Amino acid sequence: MKISYNWIKEYLDLDVKPVDLAEKIERTSVEVDDVVTPSEGLKKIVVGHVLSVEAHPDSDHLHICQVDVGEDEPLQIVCGAPNIAKGQMVIVALPGSRIAGNVKIKKSKMRGIPSAGMICALQEIGFSDDVVPKDYVDGIYVLPADATPGDDVYDYLGMNDSLIDLDVTPNRGDMLSLNGTLRDLAAIYDKPVTLDQPEVKETGEAIADQLTIHADADLAPQYRMRLVKQVKITPSPMWLQIRLWNAGYRPINNVVDITNYIMLKYGQPLHAFDYDKFAGQDVYVRNAKAGEKLTTLDEGEHDLDDHDIVIADDQAPIALAGVMGGLTTSITDETTTVAIEAAVFEHDHIRKAAQRHNLHTDASQRFERGINRAGVQDALDAAAEMMTDLADGVVQTGTAVGSDNVPEPAVIPLSLTHVNAVLGTTLELAKVVHILESLGFTVATAGEDMTVTVPIRRNDIHIPADLLEEIARIYGYDELPTTLPTGRMTMGTLTSAQKLMRATRHSLEGLGLNQAISYALTTADKAKMFMMQPSAETDLAWPMSTDHAVLRMNVVTGLLDDIAYNTARKVKDVALYEQGRVFYREDGNDRPSEEEHIAGAITGTLMPAGWNQPAKDVDFYQIKGIVAAYLKDMAINGDVTYEANADMPEMHPGRTADILVHGHRIGFMGQVHPTIAKKFKIGATYVFELNLQAIIDMPKQENQYDVISRYPAITRDIAMLVPDEVTNDQIVALIEKRGGAFLQSVKLFDVYDGVKVPKGKKSLAYTLTYQDKHETLVDDAVTQAFEKVEKRLQDDLGAEIR
Amino acid sequence: MSLKDKLDELHQRGLAEIKKSTDLKDVNQVRVSLLGKKGPITEVLRGMRDLDAEERPKVGAFANEIRDDLTAALTKRREELENAVLNARLANETIDVTLPGTPVAKGEPHVIQQIIDQIEDLFLGMGYQVLSGPEVEEDKYNFEMMNLPKNHPARDMQDTFYITKEILMRTQTSPMQARTLEKHDFSQGPLKMISPGVVYRRDTDDPTHSHQFHQVEGLVIDKHITMADLKGTLQVLAHELFGDKFDVRLRPSYFPFTEPSVEADITCFNCGGKGCNVCKNTGWIEVLGAGMVHPNVLKMAGVDPDVYGGFAFGVGPDRFAMLKYGVDDIRNFYLNDVRFLTQFTKKG
Repeated sequence: MKISYNWIKEYLDLDVKPVDLAEKIERTSVEVDDVVTPSEGLKKIVVGHVLSVEAHPDSDHLHICQVDVGEDEPLQIVCGAPNIAKGQMVIVALPGSRIAGNVKIKKSKMRGIPSAGMICALQEIGFSDDVVPKDYVDGIYVLPADATPGDDVYDYLGMNDSLIDLDVTPNRGDMLSLNGTLRDLAAIYDKPVTLDQPEVKETGEAIADQLTIHADADLAPQYRMRLVKQVKITPSPMWLQIRLWNAGYRPINNVVDITNYIMLKYGQPLHAFDYDKFAGQDVYVRNAKAGEKLTTLDEGEHDLDDHDIVIADDQAPIALAGVMGGLTTSITDETTTVAIEAAVFEHDHIRKAAQRHNLHTDASQRFERGINRAGVQDALDAAAEMMTDLADGVVQTGTAVGSDNVPEPAVIPLSLTHVNAVLGTTLELAKVVHILESLGFTVATAGEDMTVTVPIRRNDIHIPADLLEEIARIYGYDELPTTLPTGRMTMGTLTSAQKLMRATRHSLEGLGLNQAISYALTTADKAKMFMMQPSAETDLAWPMSTDHAVLRMNVVTGLLDDIAYNTARKVKDVALYEQGRVFYREDGNDRPSEEEHIAGAITGTLMPAGWNQPAKDVDFYQIKGIVAAYLKDMAINGDVTYEANADMPEMHPGRTADILVHGHRIGFMGQVHPTIAKKFKIGATYVFELNLQAIIDMPKQENQYDVISRYPAITRDIAMLVPDEVTNDQIVALIEKRGGAFLQSVKLFDVYDGVKVPKGKKSLAYTLTYQDKHETLVDDAVTQAFEKVEKRLQDDLGAEIR
Repeated sequence: MSLKDKLDELHQRGLAEIKKSTDLKDVNQVRVSLLGKKGPITEVLRGMRDLDAEERPKVGAFANEIRDDLTAALTKRREELENAVLNARLANETIDVTLPGTPVAKGEPHVIQQIIDQIEDLFLGMGYQVLSGPEVEEDKYNFEMMNLPKNHPARDMQDTFYITKEILMRTQTSPMQARTLEKHDFSQGPLKMISPGVVYRRDTDDPTHSHQFHQVEGLVIDKHITMADLKGTLQVLAHELFGDKFDVRLRPSYFPFTEPSVEADITCFNCGGKGCNVCKNTGWIEVLGAGMVHPNVLKMAGVDPDVYGGFAFGVGPDRFAMLKYGVDDIRNFYLNDVRFLTQFTKKG
């Protein structure tokens, strides 16, 4: 809501600049989006009197005008507006002036005719299209006849006022009105404020003979109407138009403007009906019936059902309650009798109706937040009073009342001890009482106990905590002390799972992978690729796009998306890891379980080429090295083994391995299948994914000290030819099993299957290291053990020792 | 010529020869020729037999003195020559130290992870636990127990990814307040926790909106927790993340699960509080929401609000990172361009 600084000043004696006032509101009450003074940035824009208008010789729409701008000689200005006429007072941007959008106006020629300045439309000096009176939307604006040529136009148009745009939180519906804002400011600045009290003159007939309301109090706790007859529809006076357009409303006519003005002032939405268009004298507030239709003021057509609340006459709905009036009973230039409606509708109904019909109006916004239920009659009376003053209307005697449920004010007990205990302050009772009273609350005290009666207009305050907020904000958050919690000590430590997750990240970063965070919501296709266990997919009910519609069941595809993003931007070397959750769902369960995973993906080279080293493209063994090093860091108590897996559809059948601990599969790694890589538009990419939760849950090996032997080690190399099917794992397992007591390690140092090796065979070479921890090894002992291994290799694996 | 004169002469000649030597071979020859068994000094000493007993020790001492001096001179010369050789070799080995170092493979933590870790470490130091909750939540925890009943305007369908009517992608980390409050045993001490994690909103991705982002929830519940404690805690957080020069101010706000509710602003980074277009000329930037936990939230979780109370806060690491580093597009955090990921390398 845009609230006028000048309007506030009419009621409150404040000696602060608009920006400071806005800052104070923001610090104490509600957020402020903006403070705008419409004349700011404009220069040399004055009143002009159009002395003559002649057609431009070379144009069918331009006119040559002589305009008195209060100087010795009139200015000649060429104007293209259709509504320019002799005798008008107009807005003139002089040569050298600045209009909206920081545009400079200079002397110029238009189709050969010199033009000294410009006659302006309101839009050209910064007005939004939405607030310009309909008559002037497509032409220049005409100022009142008593304007003085040469004067700045700003004051005539209310442009020197400052407008503070309040972003009102859902709880502070009271701030959507001048009166509510004034009451808050009165407390903030600790100044008295007297609000206007309407004085309606009822000079007409009794309303009871002319109008009867039948309202369902469950739908509308309050529903009231007044009748004003003999109304003359005219444009509103300037002061009222200015109030409205400065608040963002288009002036329409006196009656409609009055209803908007009263809403701004009191926060009470009103609706003006043309009483003569009613079918009969009865008005109903009821649920709509299926099949009923209503055309609203904005000419929108709505199919109604029994969820909607409507105002109806004897025949049909005439308004969508609390949202918008109907077209058939709307105020026109011919209207003479106005029925003014002031009501309270249940916020829930209004919110749903506004949503259902996609009609979010200023009225519905206020009903949704709750309006002042004690101020309905005041607002109605104020509107009737204004219709007498501004439209010569005759207010009929009495108010037609359909329902009249005014709630009881909240009465809240509060103790000073509690106030200070929660706020951390040492406020005195008198101070607290004063703050509450300055907000218009009534406080009864007994010792340090208070009983606070909250005015009905503050529908956000029900419990002591609500009062604490009022006290704290008016007292000032800056004034609160700054302390830290005290009390019983607590330990702040990470759980072992959290420590392991941190260690996981540090380990993989140390191994050269950058941490990525990808989207967990993905496409249906990607969600179910690279699956490590069967699962039903989990779909969003109303996704925003198919790109993010299903919960991922793997982490790898997110990383492939990331690689694709990099590849498309010519970043060729990408090494990423991600720690995040996958979502597995069992059929029959709505809710998936969440499992922590860790995944990595590398494309291009991990170690970029330097001037002294060539680039080496990532391969299976590099990613295996990373996985092995990471698993070593995690110190899982158990053998880690790798088994070829040719069956994962998204993976290269010959370059993929399952990762097992104690024979239990915890993940996979290898090369992404070239057809999948192609789908992602990426090059050769190696990935791994591990069930991190499984790693967390597995028993770990503690670090331990192993004495470093003082006795020398003896090494023996062995090279052999074996059939292609024999794996390194088999050979190493055999050597380790048969290597004897002193075998410390087996290390592969060469693999060769080139031209010198017979087809179907490969050559492998290992270094075996022997050591006795307690004495120097005898060469013979080693030779014996070594020969035993050689024999076993020949016998068991068909190795040909070279 | 007396023996002494002879020795003097030998001494001088020897020193001269040592000086003249130009390589280690020379030095060695000089040593042998002067001090060797067949060398002149040995010879002179042999001639001492002919001296009388009184002279003998004097000349002997003198001869030893000369021998020592020549030995020292030889050692020194040898070291000089050795150094010269070494220096010549080292000079030959000179490289261009401005050539780049050999690349090493090194990964970086994600910038949002860095901020979360920093927040975790700060609060661990103040005795908080770190808890993580489900990303797929029940409506009950995400909304109802956070004092957002079914018809509450603040939970319009628009903002939430629902899976079913009762199951949704959590829109905030606040459900962890309800989950921990339900479980906490206050006889074991106060509840002090933070809960970082991923949250989801039904938004279209653009430079300032992301359907996925992060939050860190904070919650402290005990018998005597005050709003002043909240203010102090937020100040510590701001100082840790941004530096001591940053002030924190609180403004009234509205969240259904806190009362009073506040938003916290910190001094604008860009202008230091003077006012600029980043802070819309206010000198302040909004960074987080907080408040005193609403009694309804405590009640619904089975905690007696007449005995216990405290504060909660929610911070957005994405927003912090954007502010701290001037990141102009939130999507950068989730698209994982390596050129973005590797910009935040400062450790500690």
